[in-house]
Amino acid sequence: MGKSTPSGQAGAETLPRRRRRAGRNEARAGVLFALPWMIGLAIFTAIPLVLTFYIAQARFQITGAPKWVGLQNYSAIWADPAVWTSAQNTLMFAMISVPIKLVLALCLALLLNRVTMLSGFYRTVFYLPFLMPAVAGSIVFILLLNPVAGPVNMMLQAMGLSPPDWLLDPKAALWTLILLSLWPLGVETLVFLGGLQNIPKDISEAADLDSPRGWHKLVWITIPLITPMILFNLVTGIIYSFQVFTQALVIGGTTGKPAEATLMYMVVLYRAAFRYFNMGHAAAMATVLFVVVLLLTLLIFRTARSWVYYEGESR
Amino acid sequence: MKKTSRIAPARVAQTLVYHAVMLAISAVFLLPFYWMAISAFKNNAEIFANPVLWFPDPIRLENLTALLTRDDFPFLRQFANSVFYALSVACAVCFSCSLAAYSFGCLRWRGRNLVFGLTVCALLLPGIVTFLPVYLGWTKLGLNGTYWPLIAPFFFGDAFFIFMLRQFFLGVPRELMDAARLDGASEFRIWWQIVLPQVRTPLIIVGLFAIVYTWNEFFGPLIYLQDRDEFPLSLGLFTFQAARAREWSISMTGALLTALPMVVLFLVTQRLFRQGLASSTLK
Repeated sequence: MGKSTPSGQAGAETLPRRRRRAGRNEARAGVLFALPWMIGLAIFTAIPLVLTFYIAQARFQITGAPKWVGLQNYSAIWADPAVWTSAQNTLMFAMISVPIKLVLALCLALLLNRVTMLSGFYRTVFYLPFLMPAVAGSIVFILLLNPVAGPVNMMLQAMGLSPPDWLLDPKAALWTLILLSLWPLGVETLVFLGGLQNIPKDISEAADLDSPRGWHKLVWITIPLITPMILFNLVTGIIYSFQVFTQALVIGGTTGKPAEATLMYMVVLYRAAFRYFNMGHAAAMATVLFVVVLLLTLLIFRTARSWVYYEGESR
Repeated sequence: MKKTSRIAPARVAQTLVYHAVMLAISAVFLLPFYWMAISAFKNNAEIFANPVLWFPDPIRLENLTALLTRDDFPFLRQFANSVFYALSVACAVCFSCSLAAYSFGCLRWRGRNLVFGLTVCALLLPGIVTFLPVYLGWTKLGLNGTYWPLIAPFFFGDAFFIFMLRQFFLGVPRELMDAARLDGASEFRIWWQIVLPQVRTPLIIVGLFAIVYTWNEFFGPLIYLQDRDEFPLSLGLFTFQAARAREWSISMTGALLTALPMVVLFLVTQRLFRQGLASSTLK
């Protein structure tokens, strides 16, 4: 079996055979190691996905048998103004918060990527909000942004600005959610910083020698080398912000107070499924979300080929 | 490490500006924490005092004691639930995801790219798209209202953590594995004795991430759990705040004590993070 032959001619003879056997073993091991996940993928993802499409075409109230209604659920959500409002809010939220968050996280990572006495402290500070449970963070923001006694408006007033009523003014309420989403950017920063620190020292030093200007290095060396991290953060950021739920529920409740300004798509879906127990309606909404996210992701990955750099590709 | 005996004044100015900017940003990021912490030691009137009370005076401990005795917020019980929930998921994730990530990152087999592609798709799939049938399934099994639906799936793996770990597994030099393979080591042994020690730090990081994610997880518990005594902390805090919106001092104390374990955990394990980074750059 795995007897190792001493060096010399015998070893040279058996090497290709051993390689082939090793390759076969490797392939078998590959399947075995991935097996639990493949089973999980089938049970918790693939099959439910198909079932969702099925439920979306049924009238289904958890109890009782589902009744086939064809595309009726889709026309119902098409006609539902709450769905439109929430879709609009969610899209606005994602389009504003994701780009700002990525830029902020990259800036923070760049700022953090140097060794000083306080590096550890800064790093800790920027990770901390990520550790804050979303419920707790949202509750704290309600207090922070209180128009009468909250410190934020008090400081903005002291600076001569006239801050909005973050929680009661429908025009400002979405920005409350955006601010809240920008606060925990520790993961994005962590991912970027990991990328920055993986840049080989010799490349970095060579760049320093080639051009004394910092931004040359940033644009031509640093950013290209961390494009995989940018892609990762961009895609996960968009997908997560389309699904924003907890913060919206804590701040706006199930009605998206004030005046449906914080009503998010997931909240409407949650209402449909678990308040009104209209599974068909909810499944149709989930399907629409799926299609939108799918198209967006395909678009990003389509373009990614031209701007993402992978080290050690084709393994 | 570079050290110069003579430091140019321009450099000093640059350093000062750097730290001034960083400290200002830090203050912004810390403000919510600070506000939460001081509000936990105020009563309601003091929380809404105008002008702002930047330091609680007097320091009130009654919120803390109230939290331990109120039945509408069984804090200790919910704390224990959260610990159980987070640790179970972290263990499950570390084990199951390191198996799959090793397969995707280090082993060559037919169909690998297809399955990994599906994994990435699963990662990108909004959770709600698969949630409803899974929920109906758990309900049918009679496990709605228990932690089974919240923990069991992680024993099969999790697309996010597999994706994350695979990035690290890709960095393990192939020669290491090939050498062991030619020496006749079994694939399991290669995984356990050669590859896992190489990714020890990423595994710890994944475990920590899993703990934080689970501690903060809200949607699953909100749907599956109905009994207040079964809630993890974040759901307990939410239901308390929703029902007792006026009792800000208790809500803030609850928020503080919900966040605190994660903060402490992070501060304690940060040394591990840094050790890991240091040892991986030594080479």
